Amino acid sequence: MNLTLKIWRQSDAGKKGRIVDYKIDDVSPDMSFLDMLDMLNEQLNNKGEEPVAFDHDCREGICGSCSLQINGEPHGPDRMITTCQLHMRTFKDGDTIYIEPFRAKAFPVIKDLIVDRSSFDRIQHAGGFISVNTSGNTIDANAIPVNKHDADKAFDAATCIGCGACVAACKNASAMLFVSAKVSQFALLPQGKIEATDRVLNMVRQMDEEGFGNCSNTGACEIECPKGISLENIARMNREYMSASLKG
Amino acid sequence: MSGFLNSTIARKFAMALSGLFLVIFLAQHFFINITSVFSAETFNEFSHFMGTNGFVQYVAQPILIFGVVFHFVMGFVLEIKNRNARKISYARYNGSANSSWMSRNMIYSGGFILIFLVIHFIDFWVPEINIKFIEGDMSGLDAAGNYRYYDHVVHSFEPIWRTVLYIVGFVFLALHLIHGFQSSFQSMGFNNKYSKALKGFTTAYAIIIPLGFIFIALYHHLN
Amino acid sequence: MASLDSKTPEGSISEKWTNHKNKINLVNPANKRNIDVIVVGTGLAGGSAAATLAELGYNVKAFCFQDSPRRAHSIAAQGGINAAKNYQGDGDSTYRLFYDTVKGGDYRSRESNVYRLAEVSANIIDQCVAQGVPFAREYGGLLDNRSFGGVLVSRTFYAKGQTGQQLLLGAYSAMNRQIGRGKIKMYNRHEMLDLVIVDGKARGIIARNLVTGEIERHSAHAVVLGTGGYGNVFFLSTNAMGSNVTAAWKIHKKGAYFANPCYTQIHPTCIPVSGDHQSKLTLMSESLRNDGRIWVPAKLEDAKAIREGKLKPTDLKEEDRDYYLERRYPSFGNLVPRDVASRAAKERCDAGFGVNKTGEAVYLDFASAIERYGKEQARIKHLDENDKTLVQKLGKEVVANKYGNLFQMYEKIVDQNPYETPMMIYPAVHYTMGGIWVDYNLMTTIEGCYAIGEANFSDHGANRLGASALMQGLADGYFVLPYTIGNYLANDIRTGKISTDLPEFEAAEKNVRAQIEHFMNNKGTKTVDHFHKRLGKIMWDKVGMARNAKGLNEAIEEIAALRDEFYKEVRVPGAADKLNQELEKAMRVADFLELGELFAKDALHRNESCGGHFREEYQTEEGEALRDDENFAYVAAWKYKGKPSEAVLHKEELNFENIKLVTRSYK
Repeated sequence: MNLTLKIWRQSDAGKKGRIVDYKIDDVSPDMSFLDMLDMLNEQLNNKGEEPVAFDHDCREGICGSCSLQINGEPHGPDRMITTCQLHMRTFKDGDTIYIEPFRAKAFPVIKDLIVDRSSFDRIQHAGGFISVNTSGNTIDANAIPVNKHDADKAFDAATCIGCGACVAACKNASAMLFVSAKVSQFALLPQGKIEATDRVLNMVRQMDEEGFGNCSNTGACEIECPKGISLENIARMNREYMSASLKG
Repeated sequence: MSGFLNSTIARKFAMALSGLFLVIFLAQHFFINITSVFSAETFNEFSHFMGTNGFVQYVAQPILIFGVVFHFVMGFVLEIKNRNARKISYARYNGSANSSWMSRNMIYSGGFILIFLVIHFIDFWVPEINIKFIEGDMSGLDAAGNYRYYDHVVHSFEPIWRTVLYIVGFVFLALHLIHGFQSSFQSMGFNNKYSKALKGFTTAYAIIIPLGFIFIALYHHLN
Repeated sequence: MASLDSKTPEGSISEKWTNHKNKINLVNPANKRNIDVIVVGTGLAGGSAAATLAELGYNVKAFCFQDSPRRAHSIAAQGGINAAKNYQGDGDSTYRLFYDTVKGGDYRSRESNVYRLAEVSANIIDQCVAQGVPFAREYGGLLDNRSFGGVLVSRTFYAKGQTGQQLLLGAYSAMNRQIGRGKIKMYNRHEMLDLVIVDGKARGIIARNLVTGEIERHSAHAVVLGTGGYGNVFFLSTNAMGSNVTAAWKIHKKGAYFANPCYTQIHPTCIPVSGDHQSKLTLMSESLRNDGRIWVPAKLEDAKAIREGKLKPTDLKEEDRDYYLERRYPSFGNLVPRDVASRAAKERCDAGFGVNKTGEAVYLDFASAIERYGKEQARIKHLDENDKTLVQKLGKEVVANKYGNLFQMYEKIVDQNPYETPMMIYPAVHYTMGGIWVDYNLMTTIEGCYAIGEANFSDHGANRLGASALMQGLADGYFVLPYTIGNYLANDIRTGKISTDLPEFEAAEKNVRAQIEHFMNNKGTKTVDHFHKRLGKIMWDKVGMARNAKGLNEAIEEIAALRDEFYKEVRVPGAADKLNQELEKAMRVADFLELGELFAKDALHRNESCGGHFREEYQTEEGEALRDDENFAYVAAWKYKGKPSEAVLHKEELNFENIKLVTRSYK
């Protein structure tokens, strides 16, 4: 199929960017979206132009590197997948596709479609852990039984890949789903409850300092999340935060 | 408390609380108003009670006004932060793919409701306050010696423009409530197996109450 | 040929590690504050090492080329992590895990290292649970296990199909705690481009800031590499696009021996190649072999009809199917080790029984599992187990529960529903057992330079068992290196800060700049990928699943020629002082082009078949691998001498004192 691509080009963080049009022909429906971008880059490269920079690594939907706002949605129109798992069969011959970086003040553009998501890391530094030493001299793993229901919920929250689609989808560029996934994972486990109060206060404080927006409960994040992280986690974080504030 | 209200979560919690308070007030307002359809006398009595009762006037009313003002001011504060959170907007943004129009446009539905409220205050609240507290007439009676409240309502809805304005106002109120009412529970951390049923209730409420107000306005306009 | 000293401690195998720990030097906490350690790579091995070293008190500088440590490719491991916990009471023990790993590795690993790995494996699980890693649990709240290829016990802990992700996020969270405390300084989007050696000791690295293009000098008292494997030398592999050999290759060029480069694991259950636009292959977890049955049509004409689309796999009757693993290996069946399963698939496809358009795919069928589980559920729920639709429905639910995310992933890529029609799979390059040679302390042949995780060669011999990579990465990083590195650093407490103004830093930086300048100024006509793809094709065709002397000799020549052409003809657009993904790739492919040659050279010299290394000349009449313990029971460690072709072989003889060498049999 033949497509028109409208891609955000920006040479570096300091420069102004703009949308540039590209035509690409003979795209196979079996290609992944990133295969298609590889093909475009090969063509640009052969013409002596600089290829489009975009983040990607594992190409199997787990590392969370790939981003891209495709036709106004993070990771494109398909659900429960990342951009690398999006296949061209989702599009039709003759389509025009907008490809933009994830937009948020807390995700500044580095180049073209690459954004800096280190704000996510800094939120994790503030409290995304359980303070145990890695000596291995802890108690036996089975000495901490965990109710399967809670364990499963903790796991579901823990599957977050930190891609930032929630922020990109949110009209307010809010990071609540991301932060709440980590807060929930630990809040649901007995191991994590011990420092739950400090964790949620610190992580939320850092989240606010990074300049993410507020949660308007539109639910866009949950729908666009490639791992289907539930809004329940945000509600849980709200509870955790309010009770932590009262305690703290 | 001010430090606490700096966090996004606490602000949203406060938004939810004030919103829920306004939702409850709305029900009360509706139940008094609907009596005007059935009985001018009951409506007048209720109105007089509400207008002259010390608790309502000096405790409930200031709280309500504070609630309204807080909800609006905080709404705008949040909106400013939200706008700042994305400096460069998308060339293409397909919000309808993942969220409802209502949820994305609370600031517009809310803004319109604010305009509506100003007009509503000018229509009803300002004259009442004027008579009661500036002129000092706490009787609630008109020149003929009858309660004036019912007549005031009926006269107000005579012109078509005001009736239409009120109808539009209530439509925005419905849109605002469809998202806002259920969303307030999420903001306060309530999301569990009852949420689905709750959403059914809040949605029904968000539609029925404004429809009721529209009915009242139309009823008085047509009569 | 010199022989290498592994510095294995004395004593019986079960006491070596304890004795060693009791005897090695320690650094006192106050002195640790004055010692810097560089950790390159932040996957399971690097991440866990960085966190632990920082916890101990060292000043850690950690580097990764990704935008966050959380994206390291360890994250993609699906199936699980082994540990000799014996929670299932099925006869597991440290010794059995040790034995299985040595046997699975086709008797080409160092006994002492493997035993230590088995010994600390149980600690890993304790550690991870304490960290909040959400492993799968049973209804009673205790941890669940499953079984994996090549073993007869259930010792694999898992978190659905995302075990690697959960373990990596565990290590990442441990790192985050130390980053928050300022004990780890994290350098994201940085790539190590050279090692700096001062007075014979590793004292720092040269790294490129991938955002600004700046060339930076970083000094430390020791350098640890946890930079993963080199499977991307094949271009198409299940490795992440960015996975590369550069850091490992640079230290090799500076004096670290490279061991057994030819030991490559070809994973049997990957999604087949769909076209030449592809740059990445997708793995389907080995856990699928627990329930899926592998088959091809028994008749050539059926296979042909299927390839042409005239016949559907579900149309084939039971007797027309060849469940070749169950046929050839009745005792292990579909759960034979990866190398065996991969070769068997290749054998069938080469014989013309392949089932996709290119003839390079076999079926992985869940129909009988769905039926079995469906009936079981019907019985449990007191429903009619003869109701076919009901049984199908119940069975699919069970399968979805176990493998739902994998099935979904398959459907997204292939556009076929694996609940209705069998999956198609084919082997793909997945893991490299070979790597930087290290001694028992995980130190390379360069003093103060360590290699951990997949980057080293140590524990898996010629073939790795499923769910052992995660175990090794974390064992090295959490429990081994933090001890052994102290032994070395104890002598460095008076050294003080290492200056980056030393001439050695100067020279190393100059070197890196020269290479970058060459690429930027080269007025070539071909893209980096063009060369990478050609290298990959040579590797896959001649140094892939089955190798022979003729092909290997050709490969050596072709790779050398390709390398020359690469330096002349490659074009790198953009600028060196900006983010430049083409330049990053060029630097990596340059190293793959050297490694590839050494890889082939190693494969050529090893005149036997063992594990992931299969030489067509050395096989039994039944087509099984034919090992030569007499002549090849050693680690081949290569010393760099200016060119891959001139690398010099050093041997570390493998002594098996606790396990008798026998022909590996899974029949």
